[in-house]
Amino acid sequence: MTTITENSIPTAQTRGTKDEMVAFVIMTVLLVAVPFSGLYPFFVMQALCFALFACAFNLLLGYVGLLSFGHAMFMGTAGYVTAHMAKVGTIGFKVPLIGEFMINMGPLSPELSIVFGLVAALVLSVLTGLVAIRRQGIYFAMITLALSQLIFFLYLQTPFTHGEDGIQGIPQGKLFGLFDLSKPFTLYYVILVGFLIGFLIIFRAINSPFGEVLKAIRENEPRAVSLGYKADQYKLLAFILSGTLAGFAGALKVFVAQNASLTDVHWTMSGEVVLIVLVGGLGTLYGPVVGAFVIIAMQQYLAGFGQWVTVIQGVIFVVCVLTFRRGVVGEIGHLFKRSL
Amino acid sequence: MSINLQALSAQLLVGLINGSFYALLSLGLAVIFGMLNIINFAHGALYMMGAFVAYFLLNLAGISYWPALFLAPIIVGIFGMILERTMLQWIANLDHLYGLLLTFGLALIIQGVFQNYFGSSGLPYAIPDALKGGVNLGFMFLPIYRGWVVVFSLIICIATWFLIERTRLGAYLRAATENPTLVRAFGINVPLMITLTYGLGVGLAALAGVLSAPINQVRPLMGADLIIVVFAVVVIGGMGSIMGSIITGFTLGIIEGLTKYFYPEASNTVVFVLMVLVLLVKPSGLTGRTN
Repeated sequence: MTTITENSIPTAQTRGTKDEMVAFVIMTVLLVAVPFSGLYPFFVMQALCFALFACAFNLLLGYVGLLSFGHAMFMGTAGYVTAHMAKVGTIGFKVPLIGEFMINMGPLSPELSIVFGLVAALVLSVLTGLVAIRRQGIYFAMITLALSQLIFFLYLQTPFTHGEDGIQGIPQGKLFGLFDLSKPFTLYYVILVGFLIGFLIIFRAINSPFGEVLKAIRENEPRAVSLGYKADQYKLLAFILSGTLAGFAGALKVFVAQNASLTDVHWTMSGEVVLIVLVGGLGTLYGPVVGAFVIIAMQQYLAGFGQWVTVIQGVIFVVCVLTFRRGVVGEIGHLFKRSL
Repeated sequence: MSINLQALSAQLLVGLINGSFYALLSLGLAVIFGMLNIINFAHGALYMMGAFVAYFLLNLAGISYWPALFLAPIIVGIFGMILERTMLQWIANLDHLYGLLLTFGLALIIQGVFQNYFGSSGLPYAIPDALKGGVNLGFMFLPIYRGWVVVFSLIICIATWFLIERTRLGAYLRAATENPTLVRAFGINVPLMITLTYGLGVGLAALAGVLSAPINQVRPLMGADLIIVVFAVVVIGGMGSIMGSIITGFTLGIIEGLTKYFYPEASNTVVFVLMVLVLLVKPSGLTGRTN
């Protein structure tokens, strides 16, 4: 029997996946039991949306080594589009020289609204991905931040987002005409199923040959390229997957919060998801989930302290980078020599 | 379309002033990146601190604009050097991304503390007496202070360029950027140089803050959005050359000013759009080396 050291990666692989499966079952059972536990469901639903957002972000940072500092643009975009389709349901566009067109579909059902939100996030991630992957490392972070600021200013000016007010009073409606989302109990399980679907997609992607290539690019990009992998295409695909899933989180969040506002596209939101992943554990499967619950709970408890929340978040950033780089889940995994 | 020369030149001047700030800030970012290999996310917060220090000096100690112009960058520079010695130096060997995250955290702390005590509204800082008023240039009215900001920033930028490209100290600095181990072997104190470099970069940001205080008022979040634009400027210009950062900074300021006149809706976004175009055409940036 070989001992597991930091260098022996392949032997830990099968066992690692098994650990991850066990953790998945435990997580699912715990989350299913939430409505019977007396925990405030709104808090858990919010945390779940952020957990999915953070998992999507971690797919890029933890497994490809790309730090996107503008991930809020995907969540915010999908949120705005989903909210708009669920409340108004019009698509207007201008063709130069010909005129303006307006397609009016009326308020759409939740599932169709979410589809529109996902498509919007997908399109945006293709466009921004094509630009951002042209540079690496530190430049990638600056470019994504600048792109998200561009998107922020666009939403500040376009009429359908209602500027500073945001889109409010979004009807929750009935999912597939069956599940009444205005009932907290039903809404909770719908959000949970959404979260689990997103989580499993990421889980599958990481443990697929595609995921292995991503990790190879993270470790040594020139070498992956010389082995014949088209690194840029892999990075773009990962970026699109990550952006679209972040959009899915944003679309789900619309039905929890019943509003979509500029805070969801602001750079502070992009910073928050970085913090969540850093606290939970960079490059771990469950880190973002744990991080989301920690950070969202902290915000709930400290809501009365005003701007000190920002200061505390900053302190956590500094402490994590200086002394706690593995994060909660990373430390636990290191302690028990398992990958979680 | 008839061009209103008065309004156009007014916007051009605003553009030049913003360009001065872009140049001073991106210059500092480039200098710091060269030595420390980190992108200083706290740059915007330290720019804000420069303005606040000038404000405190005036209102608490009665020290006027002129001494503050030198004192504030030194005070904030020392603060920056303390940050470097206590925190940044410990992550020097880690992935670049950790430097970005650490300085982002520092920016949140600094901005949060100032927001707690001063809210989000602006505090006034009066233009010094010697620079009050304006001159009529015939085609436009030039407020003296604004002209001063542009000229003085340009002088500081060129002085920094001279310091780094033409002096012995600058030569050490450039050598240490290329190969710190070798420079250390020659008996030069590289860690001290790194600290001083960070202080210099931070001091430039604080200087921009002091210059901006009479124009933009003193606000806790004055640097928060600015730093993102400066990041775009850095992406466009590349961080390979000092002169490149200066020229890119001023040019983008002017372009932004022109946009404010011709198509005001896009003035917030024009720098970002230009960044996208540059990335599509020349991914390494206009003056950048491929890395």
